[in-house]
Amino acid sequence: MFAKFLFSKKQDPENRSQVYIPSRREFLKIGSLATGGFLLGVNFQCTGPKGDPITFAPNSYLILSSDNQVTLIAHRSEMGTGIRTSLPMIIADELGADWSKVKIIQAEGDNEKYGDQNTDGSYSVRMFFEPMRQAGATARLMLINAAALKWEVDPSECRTQKGQVIHSGGKTVDFGDLIEDLKKQEIPKPEEVKLKDLKDYQLIGKDVPIYDAKDIAVGTAVFGADVDIPGMKIAVIQRSPVIGAKVVSFSDEKTLAIPGVSQVIKIDGQGIPTGLDKALEGIAVLADNTWAAIQGRKALEVDWDLGPNQEYNSAKQLEEMVKSTLSNGQIRRERGNFTSAQREASTVLERSFVAPYYAHATMEPPVAIANWKADFCEIWAPTQHPQWARTAVATALAMPEEQIRVNVTLLGGGFGRKSKPDYVVEAALLSRAAKAPVRVQWTREDDIHHDFYHSLSAQRIKATLDREGKISGWNHHTVFPAIGATGNPDELHPSDGELGLGCIDFPFEVPNIRIETHESKAHTRIGWLRSVSNIHHSFAVNGMLDEVAEARGMDPVDMLLELLGEDRDITFDEEIKGTFGNYGEPIEKFPWNTGRLKNVIRKVAGEANWKESLAQGKSVGFAAHKSFLTYVACIVEVDKGTNGELLIPNVHYVVDCGVPVNTDRIRSQFEGGAQFATSLATTSAISFENGQVQQNNFDGYQVIRMSQSPKNIHVHIVESTEKPTGVGEPPVPPFIPALCNAVYKMTGKRIYELPFKL
Amino acid sequence: MEKYSLGINNKVHEISAEAEMPLLWAIRDLVGLKGTKFGCGQGLCGACTVLLDGSPIRSCSFQISEVGDSSITTIEGLSEKGDHPIQQAWVQHVVPQCGYCQSGQILSAAALLKANPKPSDEEIEAAMNGNICRCGTYNRIKEAIHTASNSL
Repeated sequence: MFAKFLFSKKQDPENRSQVYIPSRREFLKIGSLATGGFLLGVNFQCTGPKGDPITFAPNSYLILSSDNQVTLIAHRSEMGTGIRTSLPMIIADELGADWSKVKIIQAEGDNEKYGDQNTDGSYSVRMFFEPMRQAGATARLMLINAAALKWEVDPSECRTQKGQVIHSGGKTVDFGDLIEDLKKQEIPKPEEVKLKDLKDYQLIGKDVPIYDAKDIAVGTAVFGADVDIPGMKIAVIQRSPVIGAKVVSFSDEKTLAIPGVSQVIKIDGQGIPTGLDKALEGIAVLADNTWAAIQGRKALEVDWDLGPNQEYNSAKQLEEMVKSTLSNGQIRRERGNFTSAQREASTVLERSFVAPYYAHATMEPPVAIANWKADFCEIWAPTQHPQWARTAVATALAMPEEQIRVNVTLLGGGFGRKSKPDYVVEAALLSRAAKAPVRVQWTREDDIHHDFYHSLSAQRIKATLDREGKISGWNHHTVFPAIGATGNPDELHPSDGELGLGCIDFPFEVPNIRIETHESKAHTRIGWLRSVSNIHHSFAVNGMLDEVAEARGMDPVDMLLELLGEDRDITFDEEIKGTFGNYGEPIEKFPWNTGRLKNVIRKVAGEANWKESLAQGKSVGFAAHKSFLTYVACIVEVDKGTNGELLIPNVHYVVDCGVPVNTDRIRSQFEGGAQFATSLATTSAISFENGQVQQNNFDGYQVIRMSQSPKNIHVHIVESTEKPTGVGEPPVPPFIPALCNAVYKMTGKRIYELPFKL
Repeated sequence: MEKYSLGINNKVHEISAEAEMPLLWAIRDLVGLKGTKFGCGQGLCGACTVLLDGSPIRSCSFQISEVGDSSITTIEGLSEKGDHPIQQAWVQHVVPQCGYCQSGQILSAAALLKANPKPSDEEIEAAMNGNICRCGTYNRIKEAIHTASNSL
């Protein structure tokens, strides 16, 4: 999910936050607030890596009201990571608020007000930890100054706790009773604001339950399709069955005869390239309820010109991709001379790895609501990227962005799918055409057929051993249709960004490294899925390393520790032909530290009793992988069930994500990540014949169920004072090869193709 | 269009709809209760699970004409104050991630415990295998069911 470094400049929010008191107009825009409250805007002033001012200047709001209510604005989208809890809780902790009484409001999409809202790339905590602390600390200082002035004591004798300012002499005052005094306060300068010590936090570093847990458990939490607008029509769309297909003609006679159906509207797609934020060509059926719309669509008669992809067959393309890895490709990284390493090698291991297309299959299929009026269009959508949705709708409707408002509901899963606003654009176009509010409802079949898929991939790795049995060379070929090709069909090689995800960032001390890519075309919409090309890269790299260790007669844990060398910061720039993305962060700020990876490797071997398990003959597999700046090592144990099915009794993860913010949500992301990865490894695959996706629903595109899930997932979090990094995606990449390496122990067969069957 | 009286959460709702309309869409679009979710439309994922006379059914694949006098319980009606032992255990274990499948999970779990108050891990898996959670909250679901089971 690297939309960030694909589409925008590097953003580096240094701790330069400025707190200000917003205008009355801004205050009113927040809406539904108790009058007489105190509103604090926090302008997260940032500079770029080289000190240049950048466009990152969001305002976050912290509202104190006289009834002692603390209200915080969540500006990132909640899709299951817990971010709607974890960011506000940082402010609350720094402020000394009573967390049990804090209220959270979801922000609409607004670049000027909130800065980066692209909830993607596992960077919410990474980007906003410091600004959120600064926001809370500023408000705390103001409250303390106000109370101290009132009591005529020195501010240094005061602290905040549970929504009160407390004087060392015992006096207390509720935040709510300081509202009028606060309004007379000057905003302190950033250098006057002191952040709390990590050890003094009450919430950060602890298990904090998510804010929405109760609402979800009682069914009142609001997801995309739950928004109701009077007079709203429900639209279901027959989209081009093959990417690039165009409607030649259609008959809606039978459709319009179905009770409840009110209108049929054609949406003009732009053909190839589809782009990432445009509607696909299709025929929309609008009805009074979802069922009527679905029935109406079934009755449509559409004649398609299927276009250039109508003979596309993914199995055939994969064969060609595998073949291409046998030839010389475009060199993307070079260290030493692999050709001579191969010539002088005593052993050459050469393996080929393939993985399929994957669909996101969020439990909530895409859905969006638009209410178009001539001078304003309001949207409600489960979107990871409300600002992109706003821009895309503005472009599609040829309206200025100021006339578009995007409200963000809870997301029933995202995994990268809901970054793309194509479904939001559909709703806006249809609302304008129908002159009525419209909910576009995707069915599961729509979701499986028209996703932005994780790309199918082929890789070939050659590893050479010298006469002493040491690894002398590493040659990694990777080929997969690039995400960029969805917007620009001339992009035939993976981008630097995609290669920086587990391929060219190969961190090991091997004297000769050559990494090559090959051409492949996109025949469908390619997107990013939880951990993106780390998925297939880690599968191949860590599978290969396990084989190399075996060939060397070494324990793979010991081998990786050896190959990582001394504890130090490493760079790749001199060897890489393009640029090294480092997930959008300057490498000086977030270095690649071998010691941190070695630490999680050692720890996971200890926690999982690695050596003992091996000695006992257990089928255990190991892999380590850094992604999204988070260091992870993983050991998976497998077994066979009574019916020969795969069982995963134990998983051990050790994660170093810097300062752990919400430990419960870190664990839950790893628990879920292991299960997500189990689906990718064992059950899920999308294939195309005649340009059309062959799977329709959860029968053809299978994801794991409870009985297939890893049973005990032990998540060990490294205590750290390093800058915090994200945990949404990093659990996925190391799990898959650790699982495959474990299966090899059980069956004696290496896994070179995903998904695998026992 | 036919007229139907649907008994949902101890309240009768008069609706007019085609006989083939799945109960899911009647509940969501016509009655306006939004806690029951659409996941697959084919009875494959369990997101739309409701209780029909206490037994879990997939409302996306159950026509309203089949409901008759049976009483339907949706997530909104599982308990008056949202404090069914299963709901409490769900909050205690912080089961949800995105939360979308959880109404269905909770109703399947409530039906399981009613039929089998002390289920084993295997029995939980058998009863819950029809409910997909893409976020992967399965282990916490299992723990929460055990916790609720112990509090019954």
